Amino acid sequence: MIQTLAFYLFAALVIASAVMVIMARNPVHSVLWLILAFFNAAGLMVLVGAEFIAALLVIVYVGAVAVLFLFVVMMLDIDFASLRAGFVKNFPLGIAIALVLAAELIFGIGAYQAGRIELGVASGAAAPILDASNTASIGAVLYRDYLFLFEAAGLILLVAMVGAIVLTHRQRPDGARGQQNITKQVRRNPNEATVMKQPTVGEGVEL
Amino acid sequence: MTEFFQSLGMTYEWAWFVATFAGILLIALPVMLAVAMVIYVDRKVWAAINLRRGPNVVGPFGLLQSFADALKVMLQETIIPSAANKGIFIIAPIVTFTVALAAWAVIPFSETAVLANINVGLLYILAISSLSVYGVVMAGWASNSKYPFFSAMRAAAQMISYEVSIGFILVCVVLWAGTFNLNDIVMAQKGHGFGIINGYFFNILLFPMWVVFFISSLAETQRVPFDLTEAESELVAGYQTEYSSMAFAMFWLGEYANILLMCMLNALLFFGGWLPPIDWAPLYYVPGIVWLLLKAFFFFFMFSWVMATVPRYRYDQLMRLGWKVFLPMSLIFVVVISGYLMATGHYGAAA
Repeated sequence: MIQTLAFYLFAALVIASAVMVIMARNPVHSVLWLILAFFNAAGLMVLVGAEFIAALLVIVYVGAVAVLFLFVVMMLDIDFASLRAGFVKNFPLGIAIALVLAAELIFGIGAYQAGRIELGVASGAAAPILDASNTASIGAVLYRDYLFLFEAAGLILLVAMVGAIVLTHRQRPDGARGQQNITKQVRRNPNEATVMKQPTVGEGVEL
Repeated sequence: MTEFFQSLGMTYEWAWFVATFAGILLIALPVMLAVAMVIYVDRKVWAAINLRRGPNVVGPFGLLQSFADALKVMLQETIIPSAANKGIFIIAPIVTFTVALAAWAVIPFSETAVLANINVGLLYILAISSLSVYGVVMAGWASNSKYPFFSAMRAAAQMISYEVSIGFILVCVVLWAGTFNLNDIVMAQKGHGFGIINGYFFNILLFPMWVVFFISSLAETQRVPFDLTEAESELVAGYQTEYSSMAFAMFWLGEYANILLMCMLNALLFFGGWLPPIDWAPLYYVPGIVWLLLKAFFFFFMFSWVMATVPRYRYDQLMRLGWKVFLPMSLIFVVVISGYLMATGHYGAAA
Protein backbone atom coordinates (compact mmCIF):
# COMPACT_ATOMS: atom_id res chain seq x y z
CA MET A 1 0.00 0.00 0.00
CA ILE A 2 2.66 2.48 1.07
CA GLN A 3 4.91 1.31 -1.77
CA THR A 4 2.12 1.80 -4.31
CA LEU A 5 1.31 5.26 -2.99
CA ALA A 6 4.99 6.19 -2.96
CA PHE A 7 5.46 4.89 -6.50
CA TYR A 8 2.58 6.93 -7.90
CA LEU A 9 3.73 9.98 -5.95
CA PHE A 10 7.30 9.77 -7.28
CA ALA A 11 6.25 8.81 -10.81
CA ALA A 12 3.69 11.59 -11.07
CA LEU A 13 6.21 14.12 -9.75
CA VAL A 14 8.90 12.94 -12.21
CA ILE A 15 6.55 13.39 -15.16
CA ALA A 16 5.08 16.64 -13.91
CA SER A 17 8.47 18.21 -13.22
CA ALA A 18 9.86 16.93 -16.54
CA VAL A 19 6.97 18.66 -18.31
CA MET A 20 7.66 21.82 -16.30
CA VAL A 21 11.33 21.71 -17.41
CA ILE A 22 10.27 22.48 -20.96
CA MET A 23 7.23 24.56 -20.08
CA ALA A 24 8.86 26.96 -17.62
CA ARG A 25 9.46 30.43 -19.04
CA ASN A 26 12.48 31.14 -16.90
CA PRO A 27 15.57 28.95 -17.57
CA VAL A 28 16.51 28.97 -13.87
CA HIS A 29 13.08 27.59 -13.05
CA SER A 30 13.67 24.92 -15.71
CA VAL A 31 16.88 23.80 -14.00
CA LEU A 32 15.16 23.71 -10.62
CA TRP A 33 12.35 21.56 -12.07
CA LEU A 34 15.01 19.31 -13.60
CA ILE A 35 16.56 18.89 -10.15
CA LEU A 36 13.16 17.92 -8.76
CA ALA A 37 12.82 15.36 -11.57
CA PHE A 38 16.26 13.85 -10.76
CA PHE A 39 15.37 13.71 -7.11
CA ASN A 40 12.10 11.89 -7.68
CA ALA A 41 13.81 9.50 -10.08
CA ALA A 42 16.13 8.67 -7.18
CA GLY A 43 13.01 8.00 -5.12
CA LEU A 44 11.85 5.49 -7.75
CA MET A 45 15.27 3.79 -7.60
CA VAL A 46 14.88 3.39 -3.83
CA LEU A 47 11.49 1.78 -4.38
CA VAL A 48 12.94 -0.95 -6.62
CA GLY A 49 15.63 -1.63 -3.99
CA ALA A 50 18.56 -0.02 -5.78
CA GLU A 51 19.57 2.29 -2.96
CA PHE A 52 23.16 2.56 -4.17
CA ILE A 53 22.08 3.82 -7.62
CA ALA A 54 19.65 6.21 -5.95
CA ALA A 55 22.38 7.67 -3.75
CA LEU A 56 24.72 8.02 -6.75
CA LEU A 57 21.97 9.69 -8.78
CA VAL A 58 21.50 12.31 -6.09
CA ILE A 59 25.23 12.80 -5.39
CA VAL A 60 26.36 13.01 -9.02
CA TYR A 61 23.42 14.58 -10.84
CA VAL A 62 21.72 16.66 -8.19
CA GLY A 63 24.80 17.42 -6.11
CA ALA A 64 27.31 18.22 -8.83
CA VAL A 65 26.03 18.31 -12.42
CA ALA A 66 22.85 20.27 -11.70
CA VAL A 67 24.74 22.73 -9.48
CA LEU A 68 26.99 23.52 -12.43
CA PHE A 69 23.94 23.83 -14.73
CA LEU A 70 22.32 26.21 -12.30
CA PHE A 71 25.59 28.10 -11.93
CA VAL A 72 25.88 28.67 -15.68
CA VAL A 73 22.20 29.40 -16.31
CA MET A 74 22.09 31.89 -13.44
CA MET A 75 25.05 33.75 -14.88
CA LEU A 76 23.56 33.99 -18.38
CA ASP A 77 21.82 37.17 -19.36
CA ILE A 78 19.08 35.73 -21.55
CA ASP A 79 16.80 37.76 -23.77
CA PHE A 80 13.55 35.80 -23.69
CA ALA A 81 11.99 37.53 -26.70
CA SER A 82 14.79 36.54 -29.08
CA LEU A 83 14.76 33.04 -27.60
CA ARG A 84 11.09 32.62 -28.42
CA ALA A 85 11.50 34.10 -31.92
CA GLY A 86 13.32 30.96 -33.08
CA PHE A 87 10.36 28.77 -32.18
CA VAL A 88 8.53 29.02 -35.53
CA LYS A 89 11.74 28.66 -37.50
CA ASN A 90 12.76 25.45 -35.69
CA PHE A 91 9.27 24.00 -35.53
CA PRO A 92 9.70 21.52 -38.47
CA LEU A 93 12.96 20.22 -36.98
CA GLY A 94 11.27 19.79 -33.62
CA ILE A 95 8.43 17.82 -35.19
CA ALA A 96 10.93 15.59 -37.02
CA ILE A 97 12.83 14.80 -33.81
CA ALA A 98 9.58 14.15 -31.95
CA LEU A 99 8.49 11.69 -34.67
CA VAL A 100 11.82 9.86 -34.56
CA LEU A 101 11.63 9.59 -30.76
CA ALA A 102 8.05 8.35 -30.89
CA ALA A 103 9.02 5.74 -33.50
CA GLU A 104 11.92 4.60 -31.31
CA LEU A 105 9.63 4.28 -28.31
CA ILE A 106 7.14 2.19 -30.26
CA PHE A 107 9.92 -0.02 -31.64
CA GLY A 108 11.42 -0.34 -28.18
CA ILE A 109 8.19 -1.44 -26.56
CA GLY A 110 7.48 -3.80 -29.47
CA ALA A 111 10.94 -5.34 -29.18
CA TYR A 112 10.54 -5.68 -25.42
CA GLN A 113 7.33 -7.59 -25.84
CA ALA A 114 8.83 -9.84 -28.50
CA GLY A 115 11.33 -11.24 -25.98
CA ARG A 116 14.94 -10.51 -25.15
CA ILE A 117 18.15 -10.84 -27.13
CA GLU A 118 20.51 -13.54 -25.92
CA LEU A 119 23.64 -11.53 -25.17
CA GLY A 120 25.53 -14.44 -23.71
CA VAL A 121 27.43 -14.33 -20.43
CA ALA A 122 30.60 -12.30 -19.95
CA SER A 123 33.65 -14.55 -19.73
CA GLY A 124 34.53 -15.43 -16.19
CA ALA A 125 31.18 -14.17 -14.92
CA ALA A 126 30.11 -15.97 -11.80
CA ALA A 127 26.58 -16.67 -10.67
CA PRO A 128 24.69 -13.55 -9.56
CA ILE A 129 25.22 -12.62 -5.95
CA LEU A 130 21.87 -12.92 -4.28
CA ASP A 131 22.17 -12.18 -0.60
CA ALA A 132 24.83 -9.44 -0.69
CA SER A 133 23.86 -5.77 -0.37
CA ASN A 134 23.50 -4.15 -3.76
CA THR A 135 26.59 -1.99 -3.19
CA ALA A 136 28.62 -5.19 -2.83
CA SER A 137 26.95 -6.80 -5.86
CA ILE A 138 27.64 -3.81 -8.11
CA GLY A 139 31.22 -3.73 -6.87
CA ALA A 140 31.69 -7.43 -7.57
CA VAL A 141 30.25 -7.20 -11.09
CA LEU A 142 32.06 -3.99 -11.95
CA TYR A 143 35.51 -4.87 -10.63
CA ARG A 144 35.55 -8.60 -11.38
CA ASP A 145 33.50 -9.25 -14.52
CA TYR A 146 33.82 -5.91 -16.28
CA LEU A 147 37.14 -4.69 -14.92
CA PHE A 148 38.64 -3.98 -18.34
CA LEU A 149 35.62 -1.98 -19.59
CA PHE A 150 35.51 -0.07 -16.32
CA GLU A 151 39.19 0.86 -16.50
CA ALA A 152 38.82 1.82 -20.17
CA ALA A 153 35.91 4.14 -19.32
CA GLY A 154 38.02 5.68 -16.57
CA LEU A 155 40.90 6.22 -18.99
CA ILE A 156 38.64 7.88 -21.56
CA LEU A 157 37.30 10.25 -18.92
CA LEU A 158 40.85 11.03 -17.79
CA VAL A 159 41.87 11.87 -21.36
CA ALA A 160 38.79 14.07 -21.74
CA MET A 161 39.67 15.91 -18.55
CA VAL A 162 43.30 16.41 -19.56
CA GLY A 163 42.09 17.65 -22.95
CA ALA A 164 39.75 20.19 -21.39
CA ILE A 165 42.51 21.46 -19.13
CA VAL A 166 45.03 21.72 -21.99
CA LEU A 167 42.52 23.66 -24.10
CA THR A 168 41.68 26.21 -21.42
CA HIS A 169 44.95 26.53 -19.56
CA ARG A 170 47.12 29.46 -20.49
CA GLN A 171 50.54 30.00 -19.00
CA ARG A 172 50.90 33.53 -17.79
CA PRO A 173 54.35 35.10 -17.85
CA ASP A 174 56.16 35.37 -14.54
CA GLY A 175 55.37 38.53 -12.66
CA ALA A 176 52.11 39.06 -14.56
CA ARG A 177 49.42 41.01 -12.79
CA GLY A 178 47.37 38.85 -10.47
CA GLN A 179 49.90 36.05 -10.32
CA GLN A 180 50.59 34.85 -6.81
CA ASN A 181 53.45 33.00 -5.28
CA ILE A 182 51.89 31.31 -2.27
CA THR A 183 55.14 30.20 -0.62
CA LYS A 184 56.46 33.75 -0.94
CA GLN A 185 53.31 35.09 0.68
CA VAL A 186 53.54 32.58 3.51
CA ARG A 187 57.26 33.28 4.08
CA ARG A 188 56.71 37.03 4.55
CA ASN A 189 57.39 38.22 8.08
CA PRO A 190 56.81 41.54 9.84
CA ASN A 191 60.52 42.44 9.86
CA GLU A 192 60.83 42.65 6.09
CA ALA A 193 57.28 43.81 5.39
CA THR A 194 57.13 46.80 7.75
CA VAL A 195 59.52 49.49 8.82
CA MET A 196 59.38 51.86 11.78
CA LYS A 197 60.03 55.56 11.10
CA GLN A 198 60.25 58.38 13.62
CA PRO A 199 59.37 61.51 11.58
CA THR A 200 60.25 64.85 13.11
CA VAL A 201 57.90 67.82 12.93
CA GLY A 202 57.95 69.70 9.62
CA GLU A 203 59.86 67.03 7.71
CA GLY A 204 58.53 64.34 5.44
CA VAL A 205 59.45 60.69 5.52
CA GLU A 206 61.76 59.16 2.95
CA LEU A 207 60.69 55.69 1.97
CA MET B 1 8.70 0.79 17.74
CA THR B 2 6.58 -0.70 14.96
CA GLU B 3 5.92 -3.78 17.14
CA PHE B 4 4.67 -1.56 19.94
CA PHE B 5 2.11 0.15 17.72
CA GLN B 6 1.13 -3.22 16.26
CA SER B 7 0.41 -4.46 19.77
CA LEU B 8 -2.11 -1.60 20.03
CA GLY B 9 -4.13 -3.33 17.32
CA MET B 10 -2.93 -1.52 14.17
CA THR B 11 -2.14 -3.25 10.89
CA TYR B 12 1.55 -3.50 10.08
CA GLU B 13 1.52 -0.68 7.55
CA TRP B 14 -0.26 1.78 9.81
CA ALA B 15 1.97 0.82 12.72
CA TRP B 16 5.03 1.40 10.51
CA PHE B 17 3.69 4.78 9.43
CA VAL B 18 2.91 5.93 12.97
CA ALA B 19 6.23 4.58 14.31
CA THR B 20 8.24 6.34 11.61
CA PHE B 21 6.37 9.57 12.19
CA ALA B 22 7.00 9.32 15.94
CA GLY B 23 10.67 8.56 15.23
CA ILE B 24 10.99 11.65 13.04
CA LEU B 25 9.49 13.82 15.76
CA LEU B 26 11.70 12.17 18.40
CA ILE B 27 14.77 13.19 16.39
CA ALA B 28 13.69 16.52 14.89
CA LEU B 29 12.37 18.15 18.04
CA PRO B 30 15.45 17.44 20.21
CA VAL B 31 17.65 18.58 17.30
CA MET B 32 15.80 21.90 17.19
CA LEU B 33 16.13 22.25 20.97
CA ALA B 34 19.82 21.36 20.68
CA VAL B 35 20.25 24.02 17.99
CA ALA B 36 18.78 26.65 20.29
CA MET B 37 21.13 25.58 23.09
CA VAL B 38 24.29 25.35 20.96
CA ILE B 39 23.71 28.85 19.62
CA TYR B 40 23.83 29.93 23.26
CA VAL B 41 26.95 27.81 23.87
CA ASP B 42 28.53 29.26 20.73
CA ARG B 43 28.01 32.82 21.92
CA LYS B 44 29.24 31.99 25.42
CA VAL B 45 32.43 30.40 24.06
CA TRP B 46 33.22 33.39 21.82
CA ALA B 47 32.49 35.70 24.72
CA ALA B 48 34.83 33.77 27.03
CA ILE B 49 37.61 33.84 24.44
CA ASN B 50 37.06 37.58 23.83
CA LEU B 51 36.98 38.25 27.62
CA ARG B 52 33.33 39.26 27.51
CA ARG B 53 30.34 37.90 29.42
CA GLY B 54 28.14 36.90 26.51
CA PRO B 55 24.37 36.48 26.87
CA ASN B 56 23.56 36.63 30.59
CA VAL B 57 20.26 38.51 30.96
CA VAL B 58 17.39 36.29 29.75
CA GLY B 59 16.83 33.42 32.20
CA PRO B 60 19.47 31.92 34.53
CA PHE B 61 22.96 32.51 33.01
CA GLY B 62 21.19 33.78 29.89
CA LEU B 63 20.11 30.24 29.05
CA LEU B 64 16.85 31.39 27.49
CA GLN B 65 18.53 33.91 25.16
CA SER B 66 17.98 31.79 22.03
CA PHE B 67 14.28 31.38 22.81
CA ALA B 68 13.93 35.12 23.30
CA ASP B 69 15.62 35.62 19.92
CA ALA B 70 13.28 33.10 18.31
CA LEU B 71 10.23 34.85 19.76
CA LYS B 72 11.48 38.21 18.54
CA VAL B 73 12.05 36.87 15.04
CA MET B 74 8.62 35.22 14.90
CA LEU B 75 6.88 38.46 15.76
CA GLN B 76 8.65 40.41 13.03
CA GLU B 77 7.12 41.22 9.68
CA THR B 78 8.11 39.05 6.71
CA ILE B 79 9.34 41.31 3.94
CA ILE B 80 9.50 40.01 0.38
CA PRO B 81 11.36 42.41 -1.93
CA SER B 82 9.18 43.50 -4.85
CA ALA B 83 11.90 42.59 -7.38
CA ALA B 84 12.38 39.12 -5.88
CA ASN B 85 11.34 35.94 -7.63
CA LYS B 86 8.63 35.26 -5.09
CA GLY B 87 8.16 31.49 -5.25
CA ILE B 88 11.85 30.60 -5.11
CA PHE B 89 12.47 33.32 -2.53
CA ILE B 90 10.03 31.60 -0.17
CA ILE B 91 11.09 28.02 -0.99
CA ALA B 92 14.83 28.65 -0.42
CA PRO B 93 14.81 28.79 3.42
CA ILE B 94 12.42 25.83 3.50
CA VAL B 95 14.87 23.81 1.38
CA THR B 96 17.80 24.71 3.65
CA PHE B 97 15.86 23.78 6.76
CA THR B 98 14.35 20.54 5.43
CA VAL B 99 17.62 19.27 4.01
CA ALA B 100 19.42 20.02 7.28
CA LEU B 101 16.89 17.90 9.18
CA ALA B 102 16.63 15.09 6.60
CA ALA B 103 20.24 14.03 7.08
CA TRP B 104 19.57 13.15 10.73
CA ALA B 105 17.47 10.14 9.68
CA VAL B 106 20.49 7.82 9.41
CA ILE B 107 22.50 9.00 12.43
CA PRO B 108 22.78 6.13 14.95
CA PHE B 109 22.40 7.53 18.47
CA SER B 110 23.10 4.12 19.98
CA GLU B 111 23.23 0.56 18.71
CA THR B 112 19.45 0.40 18.25
CA ALA B 113 18.32 4.04 18.29
CA VAL B 114 18.44 4.85 14.59
CA LEU B 115 15.48 5.86 12.48
CA ALA B 116 16.67 4.39 9.16
CA ASN B 117 19.41 1.77 9.53
CA ILE B 118 20.11 1.66 5.80
CA ASN B 119 23.05 0.02 4.04
CA VAL B 120 24.12 3.19 2.26
CA GLY B 121 23.86 5.49 5.29
CA LEU B 122 27.08 7.33 4.55
CA LEU B 123 26.18 7.84 0.88
CA TYR B 124 22.79 9.14 1.99
CA ILE B 125 24.49 11.73 4.17
CA LEU B 126 26.78 12.70 1.31
CA ALA B 127 23.76 13.03 -1.01
CA ILE B 128 21.79 15.14 1.44
CA SER B 129 24.71 17.40 2.29
CA SER B 130 25.29 17.99 -1.42
CA LEU B 131 21.70 19.25 -1.57
CA SER B 132 22.22 21.87 1.10
CA VAL B 133 23.89 24.17 -1.41
CA TYR B 134 20.56 24.65 -3.22
CA GLY B 135 18.97 26.60 -0.39
CA VAL B 136 21.80 29.13 -0.54
CA VAL B 137 21.95 29.32 -4.35
CA MET B 138 18.18 29.72 -4.68
CA ALA B 139 18.08 32.37 -1.98
CA GLY B 140 20.90 34.30 -3.63
CA TRP B 141 19.37 34.20 -7.08
CA ALA B 142 15.76 34.85 -6.06
CA SER B 143 16.71 37.90 -3.97
CA ASN B 144 17.55 39.71 -7.22
CA SER B 145 20.20 41.75 -5.49
CA LYS B 146 23.92 41.79 -6.19
CA TYR B 147 25.41 40.83 -2.82
CA PRO B 148 23.20 37.80 -2.26
CA PHE B 149 24.01 36.74 -5.81
CA PHE B 150 27.76 36.94 -5.23
CA SER B 151 27.26 34.92 -2.08
CA ALA B 152 25.32 32.25 -3.97
CA MET B 153 28.11 31.96 -6.56
CA ARG B 154 30.69 31.57 -3.83
CA ALA B 155 28.59 29.01 -1.97
CA ALA B 156 28.12 26.87 -5.08
CA ALA B 157 31.84 26.83 -5.90
CA GLN B 158 32.90 26.28 -2.30
CA MET B 159 30.55 23.40 -1.55
CA ILE B 160 31.45 21.52 -4.74
CA SER B 161 35.17 21.95 -4.09
CA TYR B 162 35.12 20.64 -0.56
CA GLU B 163 32.63 17.87 -1.22
CA VAL B 164 35.22 16.22 -3.49
CA SER B 165 37.81 15.88 -0.75
CA ILE B 166 35.17 14.91 1.83
CA GLY B 167 34.12 12.15 -0.56
CA PHE B 168 37.65 10.76 -0.72
CA ILE B 169 38.04 10.93 3.07
CA LEU B 170 34.82 8.98 3.48
CA VAL B 171 36.20 6.42 1.00
CA CYS B 172 39.20 5.94 3.34
CA VAL B 173 36.92 5.26 6.30
CA VAL B 174 34.68 2.98 4.25
CA LEU B 175 37.70 1.03 3.00
CA TRP B 176 38.77 0.39 6.54
CA ALA B 177 35.32 -0.41 7.87
CA GLY B 178 34.21 -2.35 4.78
CA THR B 179 30.66 -0.95 4.91
CA PHE B 180 28.57 2.17 4.23
CA ASN B 181 26.28 1.49 7.18
CA LEU B 182 27.01 4.01 9.95
CA ASN B 183 26.23 1.57 12.74
CA ASP B 184 28.65 -1.00 11.28
CA ILE B 185 31.29 1.69 10.82
CA VAL B 186 31.00 2.49 14.52
CA MET B 187 31.20 -1.21 15.43
CA ALA B 188 34.28 -1.65 13.23
CA GLN B 189 36.08 0.92 15.38
CA LYS B 190 35.71 -1.17 18.54
CA GLY B 191 39.15 -1.73 20.02
CA HIS B 192 40.82 -0.34 16.91
CA GLY B 193 43.73 1.36 18.67
CA PHE B 194 45.97 -1.24 20.42
CA GLY B 195 42.87 -3.31 21.05
CA ILE B 196 41.62 -0.97 23.77
CA ILE B 197 40.88 2.41 22.18
CA ASN B 198 37.59 2.72 20.30
CA GLY B 199 38.03 4.97 17.31
CA TYR B 200 39.83 5.45 14.04
CA PHE B 201 41.59 8.66 15.08
CA PHE B 202 44.30 6.57 16.71
CA ASN B 203 45.17 4.98 13.40
CA ILE B 204 48.30 6.60 11.98
CA LEU B 205 46.91 6.45 8.42
CA LEU B 206 43.47 7.77 9.30
CA PHE B 207 44.46 10.52 11.73
CA PRO B 208 45.63 12.92 8.97
CA MET B 209 42.36 12.20 7.18
CA TRP B 210 40.46 13.21 10.31
CA VAL B 211 42.32 16.55 10.37
CA VAL B 212 41.44 17.16 6.71
CA PHE B 213 37.86 16.08 7.41
CA PHE B 214 37.52 18.48 10.30
CA ILE B 215 38.77 21.42 8.23
CA SER B 216 36.60 20.38 5.28
CA SER B 217 33.58 20.19 7.55
CA LEU B 218 34.26 23.80 8.58
CA ALA B 219 34.25 24.70 4.88
CA GLU B 220 31.19 22.57 4.14
CA THR B 221 29.13 24.28 6.84
CA GLN B 222 30.53 27.69 5.88
CA ARG B 223 31.91 28.44 9.29
CA VAL B 224 34.83 30.74 10.03
CA PRO B 225 37.51 30.77 8.56
CA PHE B 226 35.59 29.75 5.41
CA ASP B 227 32.43 31.84 5.86
CA LEU B 228 32.93 33.72 2.62
CA THR B 229 29.26 33.36 1.71
CA GLU B 230 28.32 35.78 4.47
CA ALA B 231 31.51 37.80 4.73
CA GLU B 232 30.06 40.92 6.32
CA SER B 233 32.93 43.16 5.24
CA GLU B 234 32.28 42.44 1.55
CA LEU B 235 28.74 41.12 1.10
CA VAL B 236 26.59 42.72 3.84
CA ALA B 237 25.15 39.40 5.11
CA GLY B 238 25.53 37.31 1.96
CA TYR B 239 22.55 35.31 0.77
CA GLN B 240 20.49 36.24 3.84
CA THR B 241 20.64 39.97 3.17
CA GLU B 242 17.08 40.31 1.84
CA TYR B 243 15.52 37.92 4.33
CA SER B 244 13.66 38.85 7.47
CA SER B 245 11.58 37.24 10.18
CA MET B 246 11.01 33.47 10.16
CA ALA B 247 12.62 32.97 6.75
CA PHE B 248 15.84 34.38 8.20
CA ALA B 249 15.45 32.21 11.30
CA MET B 250 15.05 29.10 9.17
CA PHE B 251 18.43 29.78 7.54
CA TRP B 252 19.94 30.04 10.99
CA LEU B 253 18.32 26.86 12.24
CA GLY B 254 19.35 24.98 9.10
CA GLU B 255 22.91 26.24 9.35
CA TYR B 256 23.31 25.17 12.97
CA ALA B 257 21.58 21.83 12.38
CA ASN B 258 24.16 21.23 9.64
CA ILE B 259 26.99 22.15 11.99
CA LEU B 260 25.69 19.73 14.61
CA LEU B 261 25.42 17.05 11.94
CA MET B 262 29.06 17.56 10.98
CA CYS B 263 30.07 17.32 14.66
CA MET B 264 28.13 14.05 14.87
CA LEU B 265 29.87 12.75 11.74
CA ASN B 266 33.28 13.59 13.17
CA ALA B 267 32.35 11.62 16.28
CA LEU B 268 30.81 8.70 14.37
CA LEU B 269 33.45 8.22 11.71
CA PHE B 270 36.67 8.83 13.59
CA PHE B 271 35.99 8.86 17.33
CA GLY B 272 33.96 5.70 17.86
CA GLY B 273 30.45 7.19 17.84
CA TRP B 274 28.36 5.78 20.66
CA LEU B 275 31.14 3.49 21.89
CA PRO B 276 32.95 4.64 25.01
CA PRO B 277 36.44 6.03 24.28
CA ILE B 278 38.16 3.00 25.82
CA ASP B 279 37.10 -0.61 25.34
CA TRP B 280 36.67 -1.31 29.05
CA ALA B 281 33.62 -3.11 30.43
CA PRO B 282 32.43 -0.65 33.16
CA LEU B 283 32.29 2.19 30.61
CA TYR B 284 29.64 0.26 28.65
CA TYR B 285 27.17 0.80 31.52
CA VAL B 286 26.92 4.43 30.41
CA PRO B 287 24.30 4.61 27.64
CA GLY B 288 25.78 5.00 24.15
CA ILE B 289 23.92 8.21 23.42
CA VAL B 290 25.72 9.93 26.30
CA TRP B 291 29.12 9.14 24.77
CA LEU B 292 27.98 10.25 21.32
CA LEU B 293 26.58 13.55 22.58
CA LEU B 294 29.70 14.22 24.66
CA LYS B 295 31.92 13.66 21.63
CA ALA B 296 29.70 15.75 19.35
CA PHE B 297 29.67 18.53 21.94
CA PHE B 298 33.44 18.46 22.11
CA PHE B 299 33.60 18.97 18.33
CA PHE B 300 31.09 21.79 18.57
CA PHE B 301 33.38 23.42 21.12
CA MET B 302 36.22 23.09 18.60
CA PHE B 303 34.04 24.74 15.92
CA SER B 304 33.40 27.71 18.25
CA TRP B 305 37.01 27.80 19.26
CA VAL B 306 38.11 28.08 15.62
CA MET B 307 35.48 30.74 15.00
CA ALA B 308 36.73 32.90 17.85
CA THR B 309 40.43 32.64 16.98
CA VAL B 310 41.00 32.31 13.22
CA PRO B 311 40.67 35.15 10.68
CA ARG B 312 38.72 34.66 7.46
CA TYR B 313 40.40 33.16 4.38
CA ARG B 314 40.67 35.03 1.10
CA TYR B 315 38.57 33.41 -1.62
CA ASP B 316 41.52 32.31 -3.77
CA GLN B 317 43.20 30.83 -0.68
CA LEU B 318 40.05 28.84 0.01
CA MET B 319 40.01 27.41 -3.51
CA ARG B 320 43.72 26.66 -3.39
CA LEU B 321 43.36 24.78 -0.12
CA GLY B 322 40.46 22.74 -1.47
CA TRP B 323 41.80 21.81 -4.89
CA LYS B 324 45.57 21.96 -4.54
CA VAL B 325 46.14 20.72 -0.99
CA PHE B 326 43.21 18.64 0.27
CA LEU B 327 42.25 16.93 -2.98
CA PRO B 328 45.73 15.52 -3.83
CA MET B 329 46.31 14.65 -0.18
CA SER B 330 43.09 12.71 0.24
CA LEU B 331 43.61 11.03 -3.14
CA ILE B 332 47.09 9.87 -2.10
CA PHE B 333 45.70 8.60 1.19
CA VAL B 334 43.00 6.59 -0.61
CA VAL B 335 45.76 4.86 -2.61
CA VAL B 336 48.01 4.39 0.43
CA ILE B 337 45.24 3.06 2.65
CA SER B 338 43.85 0.66 0.06
CA GLY B 339 47.41 -0.49 -0.67
CA TYR B 340 48.07 -1.05 3.02
CA LEU B 341 44.83 -2.94 3.46
CA MET B 342 45.59 -5.17 0.48
CA ALA B 343 49.18 -5.79 1.59
CA THR B 344 48.17 -6.77 5.12
CA GLY B 345 45.36 -8.99 3.86
CA HIS B 346 42.66 -6.96 5.62
CA TYR B 347 40.01 -8.34 3.29
CA GLY B 348 41.22 -11.92 3.73
CA ALA B 349 41.35 -14.50 0.95
CA ALA B 350 38.49 -12.85 -0.95
CA ALA B 351 40.73 -9.95 -2.00
